[in-house]
Amino acid sequence: MNTITNRQAICDALMKAAETDKDIVVTCSDSRGSASLAPFADTYPKQFVEMGIAEQNLVTVSAGMAACGKKVFAASPASFLSTRSYEQAKVDVAYSNTNVTLIGISGGVSYGALGMTHHSCQDIAAMAALPGMRVYLPSDRFQTTKLMEALLLDKDPAYVRVSRSATEDVYDENMEFTLNKANKILAGKEAVDATIITCGELVPYAVEAAKALAEEGISVDVIDMYCIKPLDEEAVLAAAEKSKVLITAEEHAPQGGLGSLVCQLICEKHPMRVVQRSLPDGHIISGNNKEIFAYYGLDDLGLAKTVKEALA
Amino acid sequence: MDALTRKAYELRRDILEEVYKSGSGHVGGDLSVIDILTVLYNEIMDITPENFGERNRDHFLLSKGHCVDALYMVLGDLGFFDKQEAKDTFSAYDSKFIGHPNTDIPGIEINSGSLGHGLALGVGMAIAGKMDGMDYRTYVVLGDGEMAEGSNYEAMMAAGHYHLDNLCATVDLNGLQISGTTDQVMSTADLGEKFAAFGWNVIHVEDGNNCAHLVEAYHKAEACKGKPTVVIAHTVKGKGVSFMENNKSWHHGVMTEEQYKQAIADIEEVLS
Repeated sequence: MNTITNRQAICDALMKAAETDKDIVVTCSDSRGSASLAPFADTYPKQFVEMGIAEQNLVTVSAGMAACGKKVFAASPASFLSTRSYEQAKVDVAYSNTNVTLIGISGGVSYGALGMTHHSCQDIAAMAALPGMRVYLPSDRFQTTKLMEALLLDKDPAYVRVSRSATEDVYDENMEFTLNKANKILAGKEAVDATIITCGELVPYAVEAAKALAEEGISVDVIDMYCIKPLDEEAVLAAAEKSKVLITAEEHAPQGGLGSLVCQLICEKHPMRVVQRSLPDGHIISGNNKEIFAYYGLDDLGLAKTVKEALA
Repeated sequence: MDALTRKAYELRRDILEEVYKSGSGHVGGDLSVIDILTVLYNEIMDITPENFGERNRDHFLLSKGHCVDALYMVLGDLGFFDKQEAKDTFSAYDSKFIGHPNTDIPGIEINSGSLGHGLALGVGMAIAGKMDGMDYRTYVVLGDGEMAEGSNYEAMMAAGHYHLDNLCATVDLNGLQISGTTDQVMSTADLGEKFAAFGWNVIHVEDGNNCAHLVEAYHKAEACKGKPTVVIAHTVKGKGVSFMENNKSWHHGVMTEEQYKQAIADIEEVLS
């Protein structure tokens, strides 16, 4: 069982890059601990800026630094970063095309029982709607590292959402990774019964579901669509060609997320049945993230059940 | 008349021509802020078309971005672009000279227009300068109506916390906004006390349309170490045009031909 979180992977990638690049700056909103960025702050105090509990200021100040040549990584709970600072993300990061990467930590229902104030189930919809803003939800620590290495090389705005808890390993350090190309966990068949298109923390559950279904003779591909914007359209359309049904699964509200984006594409380019699974448009039960996923059918058992029902 | 004042009135004439041609713009605020912009760009800041691509040069943000009409004329006058093109195409179909600052225009640092962003951007620029050991200064111009935006107070707090003596804000305190006086709409009371409470050096300029007084204030700001400075410039909205002065309806009023002729005559009288 993996215990290394994606936020730790982010910190490691930033620390490695900061060794040689003095323009890399991390900003936090009293969130260095929860972002696992305290080691960065301790090691590179001159490249770390604490903004206090002021997320709007966090984002705009980061943009100001970027306008003066800094490569800024602003880390704050995804709930506040994506909605309280939405105006700032829109104007100062996306519209102004500043070299700022927004890192939404403790994303989705990571904060479980803390309630809706701390959930970020609108962030994909919100951020994906901004012209110029890229949206990434990496699954495991290896993919998170590869994503960060790629983002460190470019200058464009991005929003990255990661979970608070460790995600089970899907890949290893030799994984193949091309920015904006989905990773695929394939059943190894020319045609499959279903493809689950998912992202972030749900990917390991989808992989488990596919394994369990294989034993029952049901073939399922999994597409790890960490790149929600720009969406890997080629991967979606290839899946549509070879699958009887597509399933989307996401830790997000039903509106405007991965499922919506997949459906937009499928409706126009390859009409077929898509079953969308997500968190509800409403109050989310109390519990840890695993309990919440299970309740809403987003864990391995729930996803397997959804596939069977879709094929029935 | 001193050279800066003459320049400010010549730019007033340019602004009137620009906004009259376009039938848009924010002429009242343009005329209150133009002396501040003239002084900063011609006397205080080191920002030129030649050094604009460099990191270690002064930085400027027009947080009250709706007065970009005035900024266009200042930048055009300094040779950042063809001033006449800006006059001819301001706010026109497919023009790059839109009604708020944008980086398609040479000399503009970052997109703005949504109020309450400039001060925090300036804080970021000032922090970056300190990090890099560079001696540039960052100047931000805010409106007084804009000071109702809460984001300004987060930025004020951070600037005080980090002792950003390389940051200088100016509030164009003309006392008017679109719906009435700032006292009527949302009183900012004594802005100086608010800035001071966050650890800022506060300089009031009682005649904020007086170029010499503004120059003096900015020199004092530069001499102040250990804290950021705000210059609170008590200005007159519509300054220089008799029928516009202190009249809220000229926030973004559009002149008739007769009014335009009168406005130009008012400016010419001062220049002569």
